[in-house]
Amino acid sequence: MADDDLIDARAEAERVAREGYGRLLAFLASRTHDVAAAEDALADAFAAALVHWPVTGVPRVPEAWLLVTARRRISDEARRRRVRERDRDRLLVAAEEAAARCADEEAIPDERLQLMFACAHPALDPAIRAPLILQTVLGLDAGTIASAFLCAPSAMSQRLVRAKRKIHDAAIPFAVPEATDLPSRLDAVLDAIYVAYGEARLTDEAVHLARVASFLLPGAPEALGLLALMLHLQARGHARRGAEGAYIPLTEQDPTRWDGRLIAEAEGLLLRASAFRRPGRFQLEAAVQSAHAARRQTGRTDWPAILGLYDELLRVTGSVVVAVNRAVALAAVDGPRPALAALDQIADDYRLADYQPYWAARADILAEIGREEAAQAYERAMGLTTDDAVRRFLAERSAAARSRATGTVRLSSVAADEHAVQHRFPGRRQRPS
Amino acid sequence: MQYMLLIYSDEKATAAMPKADVNKMLPAYEAYTKGLQGAGALLAGDRLRPTDSASTVRVRDGKTQVLDGPYAETKEQLGGYYIVEAKDLDAAIDWAARCPGAAHGAVEVRPLWPMTT
Repeated sequence: MADDDLIDARAEAERVAREGYGRLLAFLASRTHDVAAAEDALADAFAAALVHWPVTGVPRVPEAWLLVTARRRISDEARRRRVRERDRDRLLVAAEEAAARCADEEAIPDERLQLMFACAHPALDPAIRAPLILQTVLGLDAGTIASAFLCAPSAMSQRLVRAKRKIHDAAIPFAVPEATDLPSRLDAVLDAIYVAYGEARLTDEAVHLARVASFLLPGAPEALGLLALMLHLQARGHARRGAEGAYIPLTEQDPTRWDGRLIAEAEGLLLRASAFRRPGRFQLEAAVQSAHAARRQTGRTDWPAILGLYDELLRVTGSVVVAVNRAVALAAVDGPRPALAALDQIADDYRLADYQPYWAARADILAEIGREEAAQAYERAMGLTTDDAVRRFLAERSAAARSRATGTVRLSSVAADEHAVQHRFPGRRQRPS
Repeated sequence: MQYMLLIYSDEKATAAMPKADVNKMLPAYEAYTKGLQGAGALLAGDRLRPTDSASTVRVRDGKTQVLDGPYAETKEQLGGYYIVEAKDLDAAIDWAARCPGAAHGAVEVRPLWPMTT
């Protein structure tokens, strides 16, 4: 057999894995409530495909082949893993049903959305929801997820196992919630996807998830808003780094280096979302990014418009992260003193102690006023970043501020940038006040 | 699926409540219990007497030790329970949210783990 066939078979297995994994898992798991057993069966089937397809050729309906193989594995695995009989039988029936549908070329129904709602259920720890969605819908392994979330692989595995066990034991439903509950439950799903986006190594995966969510919920403006927001941020991926990997903040980026295709797609989504006349947090955040993107055409940033959007966002979310970003916009509109006053108002919030963009914004604003405390704030910000390029950037700013203790520094804070993602907070439990 | 709803509240606060307020709670629980019955969801349920009537039993070295008081001293105490039949956790959470105890104390939802599967 030719090498080309081998490569084709491998590529096809990978394509099916990428596009079909979540669909197959959702179908199996929603009928059995046993995510772990369904994962094991599918993982075996994909491993078998990589062995067999290069030899026998890619089957005509790859998904059906996978499910028939999975079905065979379920019996073997169940014996070994002592899966309870009732669960094994349900899993077998689900695999058969799915395989039969595929064989008839009737696509198996797309239940990835139901799977996402189960994984972002309010009865699960908020911090595990994003990892769980990444694992079940995209098939990422615990090690990859753990490294993205800066967590030990064994700890991440354990937490994922525990969450799956709760889904099974407490019978968390695989269902799209009723209309009355939908907005708040959808928020949890979108939050989890945005948390995944906040992990720099998983941005492509998160965009894919947002695409799935907005495709399956075309009538949910917030799902469209989230995808628009993420595409706007993605559009700047290259412009964010200069020569030798130096960090370039949003306001100093060259707009011609932004990806016009992604911006156009984001604008289209935002337009569709706004037609529903039901604004929400993600649409507002996308609108902020849209306002920044307009600099590509106009050559200038409409800070008063951005400030207005942050005012509205602050009203909707009450989030301190938004308050930090709003202060940066306020500095651009009214100058650094009112901005510092705005930051002082939230300075007592314990969550800001390790929130890097707050310290970066505070440092820039203090430097612009010419206050000496800027140096300490830059130092805090440097100590909290995980990105070496950002660290170097902050060090340069700090040095520049010192060298001209008076005078003005053009404000282009890290906090105004795309990395001021809200991901640091939703996963954390609120301390009882 | 069967779930146990464990109703926790501050029994000292309840004891200190004016009688009129206590009298208001009873009809609320009656209505709730009737609602569960009407939906065919009620399997069992009752109040528990306050924790000063509790005894905690351990057997160590073949000897039975009995202590006066509940197993754990907590800010809020287990004061009653229901066992309900519900399609899934969402349905059980809906019942828990309707329980009058959820409005001032807390209701823990636990799936039953049947002895035979």
